[in-house]
Amino acid sequence: MHRVPRVLALSFVALAALGACKRKPAAQAPAPVEATPVSTAPPPAPAETCDAACRARETEARDAEARRAAIAAARSTLTATIYFEYDQSEITDESRAKLDAKVPILSQNAAVRIRIAGHTDSRGADEYNLALGQRRAAAAKRYLTDRGIDGGRIEVVSFGEERGTCSDEADSCWSRNRRDEFEITGGDITAVQTTSR
Amino acid sequence: MIRLPYAVALAAAITIAPHARGVAQNPPQPEAVVLGLRYDPGTKPGVLVLRVAGVNGDSIRAILQRDFDYGDRINVIAADEGGFPDAPTAGRNGNYSLYAKLGAVALVQATPTATGMHVAVHDVAQAKVARVRDFALDGAPNSREWRMSLHAVSDEVEAWITGVRGIAATRVAYVQGVRGGKLYVVDSDGAFPTAAGDDAGAMSPSWHPKGTHLAYALVGSRGCCQIYVYDFAAGSARQISAVGGGLNSTPVFAPDGAVIVYTHGEEAGTDLFATTAFERGPARRITVGRGTDNTSPTFSPDGRRLAFTSGRLGHPEIYISDADGTNPQLLTADKLGDQNYRANPDWSPDGRLIAYQAQQTDGRFQLNTLSLRDRSVKQHTSEGSNEDASWAPDSRHIIFSSTRTGSKQLFVIDTESGRWRQLTRNGGVRLPAWSPPLKR
Repeated sequence: MHRVPRVLALSFVALAALGACKRKPAAQAPAPVEATPVSTAPPPAPAETCDAACRARETEARDAEARRAAIAAARSTLTATIYFEYDQSEITDESRAKLDAKVPILSQNAAVRIRIAGHTDSRGADEYNLALGQRRAAAAKRYLTDRGIDGGRIEVVSFGEERGTCSDEADSCWSRNRRDEFEITGGDITAVQTTSR
Repeated sequence: MIRLPYAVALAAAITIAPHARGVAQNPPQPEAVVLGLRYDPGTKPGVLVLRVAGVNGDSIRAILQRDFDYGDRINVIAADEGGFPDAPTAGRNGNYSLYAKLGAVALVQATPTATGMHVAVHDVAQAKVARVRDFALDGAPNSREWRMSLHAVSDEVEAWITGVRGIAATRVAYVQGVRGGKLYVVDSDGAFPTAAGDDAGAMSPSWHPKGTHLAYALVGSRGCCQIYVYDFAAGSARQISAVGGGLNSTPVFAPDGAVIVYTHGEEAGTDLFATTAFERGPARRITVGRGTDNTSPTFSPDGRRLAFTSGRLGHPEIYISDADGTNPQLLTADKLGDQNYRANPDWSPDGRLIAYQAQQTDGRFQLNTLSLRDRSVKQHTSEGSNEDASWAPDSRHIIFSSTRTGSKQLFVIDTESGRWRQLTRNGGVRLPAWSPPLKR
């Protein structure tokens, strides 16, 4: 529930009351029901007929929407792919920022479990690339566990070069394939920071 | 073996020695080539396969000729089709001198019988039949089994003539398809590509030493991999790696056929482990990589040592160790002009050489062989990118994948002459494994 300063709340109530007094009671029109508009009836002018209860419902709906958006944003951050340099499994600076953003989401949602899948580009030996993919996934897991996330919540797998997202023999493709992908395998994100009203 | 009188053999052996190293410019004098006593690199005895009677005669003759040619140890004499002289018989010495003029030191005469074939090999210089044997042919004419029986005939006859058994009665296992690839097995001459099971995502097939099973890794929807053993007779596969817990890949059968060595990794690095191939058993650690990657094992033929790819130096190189992982040593060395990436060793069946792929500065891989006697290295390829070397049982031919024609295909190369041939036609083929001899 939105916390509004008391004085302001009282002012709103007073204004609403004034507004209600000024109007002639209209013909018996159906009371405005809830925030979702009904397509058959003309929508009531919200400012004029929305009382405190209605306003509370509106606020709640806005909050719910903001929460949904925040959860979606958190899921997107948690599942954002990170990329690697050729033949390397070191976490780059750019990846560091992305992993840092995942940490609070995992901290605040202890039930969430993830799988990190390591991938390589198509250069190099197919069999050795299976091991390199594993090393990339393990590197991201270690980054997270070093920052307090329980390792038992993080599964590490490798696809080597077997799941390339593109197949051209060119750096524009290779750089997209050297990656760790993150997948939520259990639990729901429930605790989020809402950033806007 | 075709036996000659001792004195003649001795004289011929003395005569032939100076010719042994050079490439023969003229067909060798029949008297100077000692049939079957010693195989000399650089000299290929001329062999003529006489026309074979019967409705399948042309097929039989073509297969025998192609098998000899693909072995690179015999110079197949292409005979003139018109006015073709008959098979020589006792007393008709005139025909033998005609064949000698064509450059033949041996004639192969195959006659279909009720159960297979009667084969006679004529020693041209001696003007007589030197060896005969009856062979059974399995299955209907031109079937997969029938062709394999015939390949066994070629291999035996090649042993009579050159002293080295041929490799025609073998197959190559491989992965067809880049994503979700499946296992196939094809005859050594490219005939009858046949699916080995139906699993999509198969990698790294490896033959049981008796050719009865294939071990392989299977990439699942949740990543790499589990180890399976495919039974050819049963037509089905069994998982042998423990469910859950980490990556399992690159299985190889030990020479005793009872143990499989494979790669296993859970998080910090990958190491080689051993487990029983056909019963449930614990995994025994071999390499102690301490967080590095160790993969792609290959056994020495006596089963006492392993070679494998290791990243412990910071980049992949070839190492050898005892089969229990002790005494690891670096085998490959930095060379000016390469990329410091060497991988996928395969130990030759005669124990002398290790084939592997080395990345050049342009990113392409080339195939090298390293001699264990003196650590000398020989490069065998230069076109396209060449990977996944696997030795044939003769320790002379190698099957590998190459992009030299555009798409990735399998090729066979003769490491002595450099001659190569394409084995597969569908693109996207990789990770071949040459079988042991499948029929004798």
